[in-house]
Amino acid sequence: MSPLLSGTGLVRNYGATPALRGIDFAVGEGEIVAVTGPSGCGKSTLLHCLSGILRVDAGTVTYRDQDIGLWSEAARSRLRRTEFGVLFQFGQLVPELTAVENVALPLLLAGSGRREARRTALDWLDRLGVAELAEQRPGAISGGQQQRCATARALVTEPRVLFADEPTGALDVLTGEQVLGQIVRVAREQGTAVVLVTHEARVAAYADREVALRDGVVDPTGLGLGVAG
Amino acid sequence: MSTAHVLLGLLAGGPRHGYDLKRAHDDRLPRAKPLAYGQVYATLGRLERDGLVSEAGQDREGGPDRTSYEITDDGRQHLDTWLSAVEPPAPYVTSELFSKVVVALLAADAGRARDYLVAQRAAHVSRMRELTTAKSEPEASVGDVIAADYAIGHLEADLRWLQTTLTRVADLQKEVTS
Repeated sequence: MSPLLSGTGLVRNYGATPALRGIDFAVGEGEIVAVTGPSGCGKSTLLHCLSGILRVDAGTVTYRDQDIGLWSEAARSRLRRTEFGVLFQFGQLVPELTAVENVALPLLLAGSGRREARRTALDWLDRLGVAELAEQRPGAISGGQQQRCATARALVTEPRVLFADEPTGALDVLTGEQVLGQIVRVAREQGTAVVLVTHEARVAAYADREVALRDGVVDPTGLGLGVAG
Repeated sequence: MSTAHVLLGLLAGGPRHGYDLKRAHDDRLPRAKPLAYGQVYATLGRLERDGLVSEAGQDREGGPDRTSYEITDDGRQHLDTWLSAVEPPAPYVTSELFSKVVVALLAADAGRARDYLVAQRAAHVSRMRELTTAKSEPEASVGDVIAADYAIGHLEADLRWLQTTLTRVADLQKEVTS
């Protein structure tokens, strides 16, 4: 069976600086893959390329057997709204909207009715243990609570692929565990593929397997041995 | 770890016989090495000799040896002293991991030490994943979670040590072979 999402020979440069130097990557339905490595190894760039936020300079990104690198910006953007969920280290909630409005936003953008979107959003806030904050604006709640709302927002459309970039980087250990636990549950119950970028071994341990990067290439040892600089 | 103190702690709640103590020990300390029956009785024998527990009666219904034990006043005092004492952080740095790196350099070379570090990392990562899965199971008890947390924290520290040691292998080799 072909993987749900894969990248082959991915190359991406920032000006003269190479960030990815030929990476192969694949994730299957319901699988959680941790992308690990030290700062600057290319893990966030890989996530951006796989999710279609960035275009690659060479190589192909294949989603459900289609080369999404050939798609227009609008088509990739639509894909991110409907089939992909993205979660960053700092929730990036819209400050003017309440928690429930933030979580409902992806559903409204995808064409759901207002009442239905609100009901589903409330359900997800409840799953993340922050239902009581539904009517609060981001400025009035803690960083950990904001991140749980952002997790609800990333999962509310029941995406086929969740991209999580250091999702617990700004959280205390126990709040981080709650967020990771929910991500694992969604992957198991709904078959969501998860690309989990982290530099922490403790977080990577939630994944089924690890792809370690070093200097823009895959590092099979996880310790940077045998990787040409 | 002191099995004697755990048994005293279990007896602090009331008399129990050996079989019961073994089961309670394994339940309360999940992921510890299960206690052997022989060890339970040997430990109870020592505690009785030292006056920290005493026989509380016989129950012949459930099997051949169903002697119940209870904690004595001296036993409670002993337990209290143990609970109040801070464990000294390990005075010596002894670790099989550390020894292997040094011996690899003595007996072979830096390549051998690096190969070992890489293989050890893979084993640690795999064990960490196993423990993380176990503690995330819906049926995991609080005891399971706390036991796994303890092990995960130590594995994480080892992983950081493996990473930094790798960068120092060449320097260590110079020191070891000079």
